[in-house]
Amino acid sequence: MLLSVVIFLPVVAAGMLLAFPALSNRAASWLWVIVAAIDLALIVGMWAGFASNSAAAPSGIVDGIAYEVKIRWIPTVDASYHVGVDGLSLPLIAVTAVLFLAAAIWSLREQKRPRSYAALFLFLQTASIGTFAALDLILFFVFFDLSIVGMYFVIAGWGHGNRRRSALKFFIYTFVGSLALLVGFIGLFLGSENRTFDMVALAANPPLIDSPLAAGLVLLAICIGLAVKTPLFPFHTWLPDAHTDAPAAGSAILAGVLLKLGTYGFVRIAMPMLPDAWQRWAMIIVIAGVVSVLWGAFTALAQTDVKRMIAYTSVNHMGYILLGLGAAGLVAQADEQARAIAVTGAMVQMVSHALLTGSLFLLTGVLFSRGGTYAFDRWGGLARPAPIFAAALGVAAFGSLGLPGLSAFIAEFQIFTGSLQAAPVATVIAVTGIVITAGLFLVALQRLLSGKTQVPNPAEEPANRATNGRHAGVVSPAEPTETGQQPARRDRNVTTAVDDDTVSQATFKDLHGRELVATVPLLVLSIMIGLFPRPLLDVIEPAAAALSSLAGR
Amino acid sequence: MTAVQAALLVMVALPAAAGAVLTLTRTHRVAAPIAVATAGLTTALAFASALARPAVSYPFVAGADFALQVDALAALTVPMIAAVTLLVLVFAARSIRQSRSRFHGLMLIFSAAALTTATAASLPALLFAWEVMGATSYALIGFWWRDSARVSAGLTAFLTTRTADLGLYVAAGAALAGGAGMGLADLPAAADPWRHVATAGIVVAALGKAAQLPFSFWLSAAMKGPSPVSALLHSAAMVAMGAYLLLRVEPLLASTGWAGPATAWIGVLTAVLMGVVALGQRELKQLLAASTIAQLGFVVLAAGVGTVSGGATHLVAHAFVKALLFLTAGAWLSALGTEKIAELRGAARPWPIVGVTATVAALALAGIAPLSLWATKDAVLTAALESSGWLYAAGLAAAALSAAYAGKILWVVWRRGPRTKVRANDAGRISAVEQAPLVVLGVGAAVLGVLALPPLSGVLADALGGHAAISVAGLTVSAGIAALVLLLMLRLRAPEPRWALRWLGLEAAAHAVVVRPCLALARALARFDDHVLDRAVMALAAAVPVLARAAAGADDDGLDRGVEAVAGRVRRLGQVARVPQTGAVHQYFLQTVAVFTAGGVIWSVYAVMG
Repeated sequence: MLLSVVIFLPVVAAGMLLAFPALSNRAASWLWVIVAAIDLALIVGMWAGFASNSAAAPSGIVDGIAYEVKIRWIPTVDASYHVGVDGLSLPLIAVTAVLFLAAAIWSLREQKRPRSYAALFLFLQTASIGTFAALDLILFFVFFDLSIVGMYFVIAGWGHGNRRRSALKFFIYTFVGSLALLVGFIGLFLGSENRTFDMVALAANPPLIDSPLAAGLVLLAICIGLAVKTPLFPFHTWLPDAHTDAPAAGSAILAGVLLKLGTYGFVRIAMPMLPDAWQRWAMIIVIAGVVSVLWGAFTALAQTDVKRMIAYTSVNHMGYILLGLGAAGLVAQADEQARAIAVTGAMVQMVSHALLTGSLFLLTGVLFSRGGTYAFDRWGGLARPAPIFAAALGVAAFGSLGLPGLSAFIAEFQIFTGSLQAAPVATVIAVTGIVITAGLFLVALQRLLSGKTQVPNPAEEPANRATNGRHAGVVSPAEPTETGQQPARRDRNVTTAVDDDTVSQATFKDLHGRELVATVPLLVLSIMIGLFPRPLLDVIEPAAAALSSLAGR
Repeated sequence: MTAVQAALLVMVALPAAAGAVLTLTRTHRVAAPIAVATAGLTTALAFASALARPAVSYPFVAGADFALQVDALAALTVPMIAAVTLLVLVFAARSIRQSRSRFHGLMLIFSAAALTTATAASLPALLFAWEVMGATSYALIGFWWRDSARVSAGLTAFLTTRTADLGLYVAAGAALAGGAGMGLADLPAAADPWRHVATAGIVVAALGKAAQLPFSFWLSAAMKGPSPVSALLHSAAMVAMGAYLLLRVEPLLASTGWAGPATAWIGVLTAVLMGVVALGQRELKQLLAASTIAQLGFVVLAAGVGTVSGGATHLVAHAFVKALLFLTAGAWLSALGTEKIAELRGAARPWPIVGVTATVAALALAGIAPLSLWATKDAVLTAALESSGWLYAAGLAAAALSAAYAGKILWVVWRRGPRTKVRANDAGRISAVEQAPLVVLGVGAAVLGVLALPPLSGVLADALGGHAAISVAGLTVSAGIAALVLLLMLRLRAPEPRWALRWLGLEAAAHAVVVRPCLALARALARFDDHVLDRAVMALAAAVPVLARAAAGADDDGLDRGVEAVAGRVRRLGQVARVPQTGAVHQYFLQTVAVFTAGGVIWSVYAVMG
């Protein structure tokens, strides 16, 4: 019951917002924040209950599911309203609520139709949490598709630049992907012994065990559907456009939550329901992951637009998840413990990416709100007028490049260590990705924060650019001077030189108020996970172990 | 948790926490006192844990604890790191005048990371501290971030060392796969071939951090950071930690058979080549940077030939020598406004304490008896001789080179004659607070050699593993060579070939071989992404309307026309059917007769044929 309240509270609030037009815009924005906060508080309560029970209970996926509700819905095909949480879904539900609260706080000053904006996001929250909590394929599919609809309107209605086109591209691409997913679901239904859409039953008694060809085709359909959403190479080209033109809060939700619907589908549906096919094709999954890792990293390196760059790093980070999940299917090559560690790492990566990329997108929103552009070459030296912004961006960037002390390290360390035994060559190739991401984030920091302060005037920026910020070539960092040749500028001279250089700085206001409250907690959470991962891992590890043994059947 | 375990935890957590607070707040007035007090407390705790040898561990990720332990090797190194941090921070309290809070905060975080690295007993703990150390070094080298070139230098340092760090990630995976667990001490028990993979990974990571060949160039760029940063990071802690890691995993190196000789040769080759590079430098800090790498080459050599005690004593003594020299370079740089060696003529004279301590350090660096590095270096060389004569010979050549580059500085700073003007303003003063740490470091640089001489050498060799024996002949030979070369440098001009001045062209090579191809690949892939992949998707999407128009056309011109054609036929048939219906009865009779006649004919034909 509690879980259903958590799922539907936001959409009920959205309905209220639309039903009472007398409510002022400001009140609507605050109502959104309050509802998001209540939802988060309920989830924290659920977490506490789950964590105290999980020591005794079985680990999840097929049994030991908490807060379970099952109500008959379409009995002819055995589809039901079946929801529940376990170690795989709970962390994602929690991080979803955190991100939606951050988005709500971020959007407190939204000027453009704030009531509909709030209603739309609340609707999206229900769709997202519903997808993670769903234990029935049809229910999953319904929530999954509703999230696409919601995000379409967010981008088309509140985006900038070429928003209509990007929104349409996003919608059609991911919708077509979801159709492939639906075909896969029907295949699972037809292949199942009892003709059911129930995810728990399907995972407990996997369909199509005796027909490898059919199982392979069903897996292919499901993987294509999820790969579009995740996104994986070569299905990722909707992502940079959608991100670039989405509003900051929309980008944060898109990257932080909606991409996870794809990766979550792999762990919830593909792996436990088609273990045979997963093992047979695991190497392909690993290769798809590694290609995405490198492709995302290299293309991100070449971008000249901050937001596009971060969008491409998502492809890179999602690639690591697929590497870990694929490695978990290579049963012959690796032992149980290593595969479970790889899955744990992949799960932590989902949570970590949500926090870090969510905060990165919110922070790039600061750039757009101040200067109306994301182009690297229009900005410079922002550490001077905006030290807090610089610090937050620095922490988020270092987190995203996998620095220990933040959550991404916990994720990537486990993915690499868990995958090496199963797929040594692929893992070693994938590891190089963290150097490229390190390079691109440091170059980005350097371009934005150091050097002469440069702030574009939003009035002069073409607000509705006809083309997106396509890459125009790599702007490499200032070439390191020939070492040992030129004397470094003298220590004390530099400080005076800097004092003389009085560039206009009044135009860039530092991070403040709602911006601070929305972004800093995300980073603090990431640091807490990075320093003290046990509370999160205690929830994930049993489920990850259960999953890797289910996938290893 | 016992009190000593708590001491160990506080030793790493206190500077980390204080550093984080200082970095994130702006408390410029109290930053330096807080930092010095924290470092002082940390130093006390470091000595306490060195005596008590505690170990702590807490669960971190599955199958790998976060384990810290002060064993004999750490007991020797940890107090050194803490003490040098304290002394450098005392010096920096006055010499850093901008963004004090950020500077001291980052230095404290760095020292916490270095202390964790030194005490790490498991791979996750090591990797954790190792990478944080790299990231803080990025922030410290690029401390003056308004100057983009300095930030680039930090970037070069971080990216180069992180590339090498990939080895540690691989090593961690190999440790898990090898089934021996993530403890550093357990690695030799890992199953083959994973043991070899782990060894290779650790060696690469260590060589990268220690700036050994071929990674050396990053340390040259790193000299763009403030001098106190170089004094801590590039003498006692970060670079030294690379060599330290090799000492720590010496049993693993020895267990593989190939790793020992390989590291020994890389170490000695680095010592020789970087000695030449150091001799060829024209700037003091560049010379010191190259010499640091060369001296750490001896430590790497020590790890390769299995004398942990020799390597560790050399590491500790060198930290004092080099920290002192970097601080001196910083003091001269700010007082005289130059770091060109030629322009430092007579620099030792206006400030006698600075001059004398620097001289002690330079003589120690040269290997003059009875100063510290003379004895410690020889402890390493003695062990090298046992495994190979060639290693020993190369080591001796490297020792001679150290005497040469030490002489290059020493004679200039004492030479009389016209000299660079001392700056008139406040910058031209070197205060007592700045001079006091130099004296302490100078004492260390002079006397720490006792660690490598009997009776202490025996105690250390028992505790750490290594060679207790000291050959008097070897000591005499190296002392003689050092003195001879040092005197020769009075007369000779140091060769400054272009390739040495440019650090063997290593950075240019890295740019040509790695950086530029990567950037080109990135551009190519991005172009492919935009122009091929995205276009293909859009073309596919664009094909839909085309198909739709075709379908609509087929609908209009095919199906619909067909239906209408059928309708037309039917209409025509209807018209034809209307023709006989005239309304005249006689015509209907006629038609009936015709039909019956035809029917009768057909029936009779059928009957006849039938």
